[in-house]
Amino acid sequence: MNTEYNFAYLDEQTKRMIRRALLKGVAIPGYQVPFASREMPMPYGWGTGGVQVTAACLVPDDILKVIDQGADDTTNAVSIRKFFEKTGGVKVTEETAKATVIQTRHRIPEAALTEGQILVYQVPIPEPLRFLEPSEVETRKMHALEEYGLMHVKLYEDIARHGHIATSYAYPVKIEGRYVMDPSPIPKFDNPKMEMAALQLFGAGREQRIYALPPYTQVVSLDFEDYPFEKGGAQQACGLCAAEDAYLDEVIMDDAGTRMFVCSDTDYCRVRREAGHIGEMGVPLAEDAA
Amino acid sequence: MYVAVKGGEKAIDNAHAWLGEIRRGDTDIAALSVAQIRSQLSLAVDRVMAEGSLFDADLAALAIKQSRGDLIEAIFLIRAYRTTLPRFGASAPIKTENMACMRRISATFKDVPGGQVLGPTFDYTHRLLDFKLAADGVIDEARKAATPDEAKPHITEFLNQEGLIQHEPTSDTTPPDLTREPLELPASRALRLQALARGDEGFVLGMGYSTQRGYGRNHAFVGELRIGDVAVELDIPELGFSVEIADIEVSECETVNQFSGSKTEPPQFTRGYGLVFGQSERKAISMALLDRALRWKELGEDSSGSPAQDEEFVLYHCDNIQATGFVEHIKLPHYVDFQAELELVRTLRREATEAKVAKEAAL
Repeated sequence: MNTEYNFAYLDEQTKRMIRRALLKGVAIPGYQVPFASREMPMPYGWGTGGVQVTAACLVPDDILKVIDQGADDTTNAVSIRKFFEKTGGVKVTEETAKATVIQTRHRIPEAALTEGQILVYQVPIPEPLRFLEPSEVETRKMHALEEYGLMHVKLYEDIARHGHIATSYAYPVKIEGRYVMDPSPIPKFDNPKMEMAALQLFGAGREQRIYALPPYTQVVSLDFEDYPFEKGGAQQACGLCAAEDAYLDEVIMDDAGTRMFVCSDTDYCRVRREAGHIGEMGVPLAEDAA
Repeated sequence: MYVAVKGGEKAIDNAHAWLGEIRRGDTDIAALSVAQIRSQLSLAVDRVMAEGSLFDADLAALAIKQSRGDLIEAIFLIRAYRTTLPRFGASAPIKTENMACMRRISATFKDVPGGQVLGPTFDYTHRLLDFKLAADGVIDEARKAATPDEAKPHITEFLNQEGLIQHEPTSDTTPPDLTREPLELPASRALRLQALARGDEGFVLGMGYSTQRGYGRNHAFVGELRIGDVAVELDIPELGFSVEIADIEVSECETVNQFSGSKTEPPQFTRGYGLVFGQSERKAISMALLDRALRWKELGEDSSGSPAQDEEFVLYHCDNIQATGFVEHIKLPHYVDFQAELELVRTLRREATEAKVAKEAAL
């Protein structure tokens, strides 16, 4: 562990500032709280908001899991995990059930999270209305006035043009009937999981915003009575573990373009394979390791 | 059979080792020392100090070496270091009127008290490659003139005395700190200037340029441009008075801009202001143009809707560390989002094809 820096890198004053923003966020679910985001030793866009939120939450007893695209071994997840090992000396794990703090980019783990766990999201653009209205001054006003008509018009236009709501990730949600919130770029497949037992915290470093969902908060994906929200998902089962309820990544196998579908949540896939589930293109776990 | 790709950690370590090797380059050639960078690439060092918001030439030179000469990367290193430093206090405002000027020019008056001092400028060099430098040629020593110890008052002050230029209101309120508080709009002028001082030189240059080409034109003259050392004073509460803790080099530009006025209000010139660490008159002039363009509301003008007049546009996009991070982050994995888009596009295509087939069958 590196002792030249404070525990988990950030100084205590900065952590206090972030915790205050987090508390405010928890008190007003879905509201974007401005916070004085610091320059972190990784670039903006690499999860500086999530890293700051995680740093402000971690205590020495915590067990940290970091995923990117659902996987523990993607390069940026590895890099962030190493950062907290180095600066906080915290224990790390790949097992969803064992983690006390999970930092994620673009996915919610497949296994249901439990009370006491914290899920930290990395958020690129926290403003769900941003691509409808580029001005922050205007969008803050729209939230204050609960003026979400523009968003419904956008969804309606999608249906008129494509026959579907043409948003497949970062699908907007409404929190406890009040704030429209960006769930970060998770696939809409994950939206229903957001009503969960764990505390969810969202950090957008470059945009200097924090927001939060306390456990069991109502999260409704925006839709219309005659065009209800559909979470979608793959038509296949996982090629390795045969899971039919998981979000799958598509992998191109050869020059002929043969496709294989595998769980994006690597830990979920591993647990299933350990339990003896074998997909069409999979082999028992022991052979794979050998 | 498919085995999920593992080994991100090893790949990262190996990539870093390779980067270190490439940074060093050909080992038959002597390594650059930080001192060489500091003294011979001083304008690069100045830019890193300015946009890194940290006045430390040695650290800036080290950052340039570490970043292989990528200045935005070097600025990033400095910013990430700076943010960990504790705050001991705030200095008193620097007094640029007392600057020990190495350069001081005015485009509005032929001669001024204190004189015009050209200083070490590229302005009148002919841009011909100097092959003597490639051959390590010896450079002639510059002749030294006895510098008259003459005061060099700000030139805009002469206009101010006559009431010809808009009077800047003074204020003792503590300016907001962009690095400690989230940016909230509308921003005060102090905050805007702070953002521009650390903003990307290229961005500020481009925006300043756009005002000259008609996007928020403000008819600027360089009233004065001065570069030199100023003393930094810090109030020490235990002592009850302030002491000089350092000299820093800054570039300052004051522009004299188009006048405002009406039948009842006598016309007056207006001002733009630029101040940058180190020697960077390009940035200081651009900053002054942009500052003036952003002041339209305060000066009771109509906005022409130009980007340079849009405070939100300028402040949210002038920071190169934010910009480079977000632009470059799209190279990170986005498999999950792309998969969601793939499925959506396939669904929409299937439905469109089915609809077309059904339509043709009905004909």
